[in-house]
Amino acid sequence: MYRYDEFDAKMVRERAQQFRYQVERRIKGELTEDEFKPLRLKNGLYLQLHSYMLRVAVPYGTLSARQMRQLARIARDYSRGYGHFTTRTNMQYHWPKLSEVPDILELLADVEMHCIQTSGNCVRNVTADHFAGAVAGELEDPRPICEIIRQWSSFHPEFNYLPRKFKIAVSATKEDRAAVKYHDIGMEVITNEAGETGYRVFVGGGMGRTPYVALEIGKFVGKEDILAYLEAILRVYNEYGRRDNIHKARVKILAHQLGADEFRRQVEVEFAEIKRHGTLHLPPEELKRIEAYFAPPAFEDLPETAPEFEAAVKADAGFAAWTRSNLTPHKAKGYAIATISLKTIGQTPGDASAEQMDGLAQIMEDFGFAEIRVSHEQNLVFPHVRKKDLPAVYARLQALDLGAANAGLITDIICCPGLDYCDLANARSIPVAMKLQERFADLERQHELGEIKIKMSGCINACGHHHAGHIGILGVDKKGVEFYQIQLGGSGAEDASVGEIMGPGFGKDEIVDAVERVVETYVALRAPGERLLETYRRVGMTPFKNAAYQEQMYAAY
Amino acid sequence: MLTANRLLDGEVVYWQGGDWQPDFAAAEIFDEAEAAKAALDAAQAFVRDNKVVGTYLFEVRKEANGVAPVKEREIIRSLGPSVRRDMGKQALMPVPPAAAKPVHETSPPPPYPEEPDVSI
Ligand code: SF4
Repeated sequence: MYRYDEFDAKMVRERAQQFRYQVERRIKGELTEDEFKPLRLKNGLYLQLHSYMLRVAVPYGTLSARQMRQLARIARDYSRGYGHFTTRTNMQYHWPKLSEVPDILELLADVEMHCIQTSGNCVRNVTADHFAGAVAGELEDPRPICEIIRQWSSFHPEFNYLPRKFKIAVSATKEDRAAVKYHDIGMEVITNEAGETGYRVFVGGGMGRTPYVALEIGKFVGKEDILAYLEAILRVYNEYGRRDNIHKARVKILAHQLGADEFRRQVEVEFAEIKRHGTLHLPPEELKRIEAYFAPPAFEDLPETAPEFEAAVKADAGFAAWTRSNLTPHKAKGYAIATISLKTIGQTPGDASAEQMDGLAQIMEDFGFAEIRVSHEQNLVFPHVRKKDLPAVYARLQALDLGAANAGLITDIICCPGLDYCDLANARSIPVAMKLQERFADLERQHELGEIKIKMSGCINACGHHHAGHIGILGVDKKGVEFYQIQLGGSGAEDASVGEIMGPGFGKDEIVDAVERVVETYVALRAPGERLLETYRRVGMTPFKNAAYQEQMYAAY
Repeated sequence: MLTANRLLDGEVVYWQGGDWQPDFAAAEIFDEAEAAKAALDAAQAFVRDNKVVGTYLFEVRKEANGVAPVKEREIIRSLGPSVRRDMGKQALMPVPPAAAKPVHETSPPPPYPEEPDVSI
């Protein structure tokens, strides 16, 4: 894992200290709310419905056991015993007191963590494939470049007042688990004809009010040039992004208005300029130095499978089901990647209690896992587990109520906090997600339905990625009453697409039935081996829409 | 009613008799727009004094078992997260709202916002 050098450590400590003074001045009345608000937002501190909310950055979703323990401690001492993992792989605390936030920042700094640039119009936490460094078929670990981008973009004086927030993601396999085409900048590690490794760079993806799949701008950018290229993109955006209209201020609007060719041309001009000055060249030695921090553990030479593992699959149906959905093939023989579902039926998607976080840290220590990952799908991942340890790890997860065998299945729902917590929400999302989970709780049925990604947001800001859901659900407000719109056919993966809106919303007591009718329609229409997404792409909206509105159609007659 | 969040901990507070307090049931109800406006003006002193932030008025309606906010947002602010009955104001209530009848479920189900497209 990356370890802070003296500059990082100093920077984070100083920021915590500065914020302590700012909070003191606010409480004494030396700063008004209007003066203080931009300062608190720069430290990830929001005021929401019931209390303050503090957003902690988890860079590229990687945590050590020590950090996980600290997150547990903060949850216990400052936020009523739980926290929420978000779709940006961050941790949100829903109950901190303003006066205690400086103490929390100190505790975070103790374990090399912070809340810097988790809010505001700057480059946010860079995300990566949550299977980075472990999954088969990866060209290289995408996290070293994420770390370099983090260093380059942290407190970057030119990019601290962008027109709007800016999100970057990096992936290094053909399968896209990081939703790169839904980011302001998405990077895919590729090789060119000469066999060199570099990046394909996408610009202008995004969710929100105007969803777009990103345009390919850089077809191949060499490693040493990548920072210069990113800087060129940000310069074009910083100069021409729409500062006059918050709804048009993201780079997606600029990029799609200009079109890929013109946007690329402008980037190339800036890029040439930066290169001419010889700045922002990324030396290979520096890249190597950072890469060393992310070196995988020394893998043992193990047989493909282990007798302990095979025996447990036969003996324990629960374990067998878990291995079917929650394990991913590892690049090293005898190892597996284990997804820890934070979607246990009856619990808020993405929430983890202090006890669960402590328990996970304990598992990491007991089994020698150096890291745990946070996925943008609001799950956690042990990236390198020996197969022979899996039965024991699973038993420990079960004891923590974290053994749900539903990763990638219909109850593995992405869900934003919605109107239960969020100040911007139009409708609640968590209770709907929980009801859907109950409806589809039957594991047999879930496995039979295969991969179905339901993603749900409580407002058009789309933190719950509903545009990218095979089934997307958007909460809307009609005169103070909650309604839910269905979208179908979205994908945040390598086959990215924006979901299509089905029609008017359903009431909170109808949405679950409507989704079930959509799912049943899929079952009736699917060709062998077809996922819901593919069936939808083949047959279109009509049969799903007819089924979903069935009862309303009767009611209308 | 008039509401805000307390500066120090973000707690939802309601206006009552010239001051703020955390209990929705005890909050002052304004029948006249003028009185509401006057209270909102008076409340600004507390904003200047750095006691509360984000003051605003919201609508309530009288129901058989008391007064309830019109909007779901204010119902949730007055209780706490509906998915964690052990959190927020509801956690301190003698009868937890899960056992009592939640106010927002007493109103009749709303009509569909638009006629569905029945032509297909
Ligand atoms: S999508 Fe809307 S409701 Fe959900 S967390 Fe984001 S801003 Fe809040």
